[in-house]
Amino acid sequence: MTQGLIHALSRRQLVAAGVGVGLGVTWRPARALSDELAGALRKFTGDAPTKEGRVNFDIAPLVENGNTVPITITVQSPMSAADHVQAIAVFNEKNPQREVVACKLTPASGKAVVSTRIRLATTQQLVAVAKMSDGSCWTHTVDVVVTLAACIE
Amino acid sequence: MRVSLASIAAMLGLLYASSVYAQAAPDKRRSGFDTMSARVQAMQRDDLQNPGMLWVADGEVLWKKIFGISFSCAHCHNDAKQSMKGVAAKYPDWDPIEKRPVSLSQRINLCRTRHQLVQPLPPESVELLGLEAYVAHQSRGMPLTPSTAKELIEPRERGRLQYEQRIGQLNLSCAQCHDERAGKSLAGSTIPEGHVNGYPTYRLEWQGLGSLQRRLRNCLSGVRAEPPPFNSIEMVELELYLAQRSAGMKIETPAVRP
Amino acid sequence: MARTLIHAPTTARKGEVIEVRTLIAHPMETGYRAGSDGRTLPRDIIRRFSCRYNGELVFSADLYPAISANPYFAFHVVANASGSFSFTWEGDNGFAQTESAAITVA
Repeated sequence: MTQGLIHALSRRQLVAAGVGVGLGVTWRPARALSDELAGALRKFTGDAPTKEGRVNFDIAPLVENGNTVPITITVQSPMSAADHVQAIAVFNEKNPQREVVACKLTPASGKAVVSTRIRLATTQQLVAVAKMSDGSCWTHTVDVVVTLAACIE
Repeated sequence: MRVSLASIAAMLGLLYASSVYAQAAPDKRRSGFDTMSARVQAMQRDDLQNPGMLWVADGEVLWKKIFGISFSCAHCHNDAKQSMKGVAAKYPDWDPIEKRPVSLSQRINLCRTRHQLVQPLPPESVELLGLEAYVAHQSRGMPLTPSTAKELIEPRERGRLQYEQRIGQLNLSCAQCHDERAGKSLAGSTIPEGHVNGYPTYRLEWQGLGSLQRRLRNCLSGVRAEPPPFNSIEMVELELYLAQRSAGMKIETPAVRP
Repeated sequence: MARTLIHAPTTARKGEVIEVRTLIAHPMETGYRAGSDGRTLPRDIIRRFSCRYNGELVFSADLYPAISANPYFAFHVVANASGSFSFTWEGDNGFAQTESAAITVA
């Protein structure tokens, strides 16, 4: 299993992850998005300025089973009429299709925190993106290692 | 004579220590729950997140349903929360009319054919799983307490022999993975001890709820052996042994497992 | 009618942000899986989930095959008036189901 892990992450990321673990913080330099994933993201954000930040994509870095992976996306926002999250979407890198879910929120939501459960076909990169009422878009990119059950039916 | 606090404390300490040493060795068995990640554990613990509870909710409705021109389970058994408490904990049990051990789902179907005078529900059907999950759920938190019927002694022993028998093209026995290598990895997954305290279980792999026999069939296919039919005598004898093997562990139905 | 499990508080203080959790029984067949005969099983998913609070849309989600079977959603709503929540799931093969939950806001 360790070999698989090494293949899934570049050495730079392994060192960064090791440093991160040592610091008690998960940090690794964001791998560049694949073309398809970037394209799907651009379709959602349009021409809006898109930056990493304000979004926290909470997902286990190593999942036992890719069929049901709990996720929670939290966006820092006052959720007022003037300043709120309008939409939250998740895109993936290696599933048969890029889209995972797209949610619409309103100031009546009160908090921009959404949880659901998703399917991941294999170890891959995921992006959570939030579109704000001022038009800006914010993202959080994560890498997830997926193992599957050994004895399939 | 005035007894000082210190001497009382000392006496209590001695009593406690002697009781601890007098106890049997601590139970080292680990439920599949203990080997899961925190997130999947959270999924099981929260009844509103636990997908297995959808089947339990189904079962609750079916419990009161009148099938055909007969009557509902509730007609005889009233409120399952009272009448079914502890029932699942002792299954499989001996059926004196069939003269063989029967699983909980077989027992439900026997009630249907003998008393409700309706057709048995097909194995692994949504309705049968719903009823089985609902009944077993009423024993959640209680320890597995296998039936002590003396007629079960021999079938249970046959179940144990099955458990230790190498089978299939891969020529593996249950014991080799789940007794000798539990905790080690098989193709990236941790081998569980294979306890049966959470069935019917919502398996993430299945994206649905399934019975213990469905799980056993997975294993049998996994070693390239031919699974016997649902509720065949071999399957129930194996279930009998497994229930004894997990005796005392707390029922978690509906459990969530990877 | 698919089984649903809904948790929405029945009472809340005015202005309180409450958490709503919903679970619905549905296989969410992706359309990418092959059946035992080798043929691809057709897609059969819930495509949209929406929550209305006293008629006003407060949360909605477009679901894709990547959402797990028995879809689960947890989200938040500001409790501002007594009334009811209405939850609607729509999807392939004409799937449509609505459930509701009442709330009293003091």
